[in-house]
Amino acid sequence: MAEDTTKLNSLGIAKPPAQTRVVVAMSGGVDSSVTAAMLVEEGYEVIGITMQLYDHGAAIAAKGACCAGADIHDARQVAGRLDIPHYVLDYESLFKQQVMDDFADSYLSGHTPIPCVRCNQTVKFKDLLGMARDLGADCLATGHYVRRDMLAGQPILRRGIDRDKDQSYFLFATTPDQLDFVRFPLGSLTKDATRALARKYELSVSDKPDSQDICFVPNGRYGDVVRKLRPGAIAPGLIKHIDGSTLGTHKGVIDYTIGQRRGLGIGGRKSEMGSENADNAPLYVVAINASAHEVIVGPQTALACHEVYLKDMNWVRRSDGQGGANTLEGRKVLVKLRNTAPATKARLTAKAGETGEICLQLEAPEFGIATGQAGVIYDGEDESLMLGGGWISKAPTQADSLI
Amino acid sequence: MTPVYLDYNATAPLLPEAAKAMISLANLPANPSSIHQFGRAARSQMDRARHQLADALAVSVHELIFTSGGTEANNLVLGNYRHILTSAIEHDAVLAACPDAHIIEVDKDGLIRLDQLEAALEALPDADRAKTLVSVMAANNETGVIQPIEAVADLCRAYNVACHSDMIQYLGKAPIDLNQMKLNFASFSAHKLGGPSGVGALYCRAGQQLVSLLRGGGQEQGRRAGTENLPGIIGFGAAVAAHDIANINVQASWRDAMEADIQKACPEIEVMGADAPRLANTSALYLPYLSAQKAVMLLDLAGFAVSAGAACSSGKVKDSHVITAMARGEAAANVIRISAGWQSTKAEWTGVAKAIIEIYKAQH
Repeated sequence: MAEDTTKLNSLGIAKPPAQTRVVVAMSGGVDSSVTAAMLVEEGYEVIGITMQLYDHGAAIAAKGACCAGADIHDARQVAGRLDIPHYVLDYESLFKQQVMDDFADSYLSGHTPIPCVRCNQTVKFKDLLGMARDLGADCLATGHYVRRDMLAGQPILRRGIDRDKDQSYFLFATTPDQLDFVRFPLGSLTKDATRALARKYELSVSDKPDSQDICFVPNGRYGDVVRKLRPGAIAPGLIKHIDGSTLGTHKGVIDYTIGQRRGLGIGGRKSEMGSENADNAPLYVVAINASAHEVIVGPQTALACHEVYLKDMNWVRRSDGQGGANTLEGRKVLVKLRNTAPATKARLTAKAGETGEICLQLEAPEFGIATGQAGVIYDGEDESLMLGGGWISKAPTQADSLI
Repeated sequence: MTPVYLDYNATAPLLPEAAKAMISLANLPANPSSIHQFGRAARSQMDRARHQLADALAVSVHELIFTSGGTEANNLVLGNYRHILTSAIEHDAVLAACPDAHIIEVDKDGLIRLDQLEAALEALPDADRAKTLVSVMAANNETGVIQPIEAVADLCRAYNVACHSDMIQYLGKAPIDLNQMKLNFASFSAHKLGGPSGVGALYCRAGQQLVSLLRGGGQEQGRRAGTENLPGIIGFGAAVAAHDIANINVQASWRDAMEADIQKACPEIEVMGADAPRLANTSALYLPYLSAQKAVMLLDLAGFAVSAGAACSSGKVKDSHVITAMARGEAAANVIRISAGWQSTKAEWTGVAKAIIEIYKAQH
């Protein structure tokens, strides 16, 4: 009997499942629904919590629509099917302050923010996690495709088994304290396996499509959201070529992101310039000068970036980075510079005297690196092991001299 | 542990008499408008229920219109008037039904400001009086504070405007004699006192004009179209007849004991509306530093079903507009409501007191 009390359950807690209280963050999607169902099946005491983050009716601009989207009702339905307590928490004002405002300001300064990371950092892993502790929970489980593992006695993060679905990129800012308390039961599953489980558990959401966009931008039109949040802050300006010529005008830098090729609102260069010398190569946004309201376009070569600077580093692998930045010098790593890009090989160099900021020398140039996105670093040999990450503060290119 | 239900102001458990009456009807095809014997049987059952309700309210059967619930009763009367004066603490079934209404404030105890009401009535152009309705609830659903309805009705009469009271929370918790009150209209709901949900009634004083909002058949003397919900109506009548109002005074003493226990252990916990007359079954407690949402979750997990002000249909807890209207905006997200009824016991009141004290002490 004494042995039983110290035996770890599947969530790594030394209690039988029935005595382990788990709060599951239930969005109403397939992943978090299956997470809850799996834990119920294993016999845990599961409490579902759904966060109301923004006024759904206002976000889809539907008059008379309920403030709660269909997702919240889906989550309630799943909780009802699983016969677990379920609560909806109103985090609207927190989400506005900590996620949406930052999103708008970041776009206005010419950066490309990742609100999902901010949300994980603040609302989800601070406020919701605090609520879970207050409710006497032993841990907080989410439906992220990422693995929490133990290495040398410390919790670490590994990329999800399903590399297409891996969400470790959005979780680089997880602090050691948070990592102690959170669990990701789906990390070792593929999306197909999750859907199969949803069908097995007869969850109403089993065929629900994956969410593609940022939750509060359901139609993908970021500019509209920023305009609504910051009316009057958006100014039109010029679209210039890297060679100094003016190609057209735009309605606000918020509609552009580094590396963007489509929807630039300018015609082919040849007709614009009427010159035989003009090349037909596609044009990309290569720089955004927010203070001058200028969008600068150029050929893909102008986007080539050989080194990337990261600030506000968070070391998820605690032993790394602890001996001071100098111990990192020359270390070979993999880095993901946007969620959809594969990890690329790089060498770490720490800038002497600048705490918290590191530099990565990329083995091969990367194109279209946007400040405001994250750089997430994985071990060079143990490829799934996340070391940590930071926000891209600088990604120098040829175009930088123009702003 | 058996879960303890103390959320009667949301809905009350069905009284056995109501259940029995409804079941007795289950195998009958019963449309009260049909002229054959089945229809006649249905008609007499409905008449009986109407008498039961009329007796309880001291009105004539002709003055009652059955509806699909309290919300419809409110909408029906409000929809018949162009200008509405109402209080800031009404239920959404009134406030949302008259978005352009002139809002009368309440004082710190949650009582309607009669001076403001009088000033507003005074300022009405004479031509508008016939199209104006004053709508004030008899008792507030969140705090249980009982409004001075007689005084409101007197003012309305003096200024020659119609007067409506949402008596949905009041029914069954205090005696009602509409014959003595000078109201033109009053709304009721069955499920708040142990009848089924989905049925309510509007009292419409004899001689008072009222037009059906739904277009259809001529049921309810042309004032509410649509086949009557006979099982619901019969359950409503049986619930009203069976309901024992004497029990409510017992609840008041248990409620007061709970409040005293809690305030002794946690002096900073405040009873909202304590200085005003209140429904005997309701207690609204302000828990400084503990959000009502969290308190309700913790109590639920501990086996006590109570509520936090106004909940959206999604389950999200909103700040209470009632507490805000009492000039206590700082408390609007920190008030929980305990409300008891016919099945509640003393042990449940002492149990919830203990649970609240434990949770409050552990959380802050």
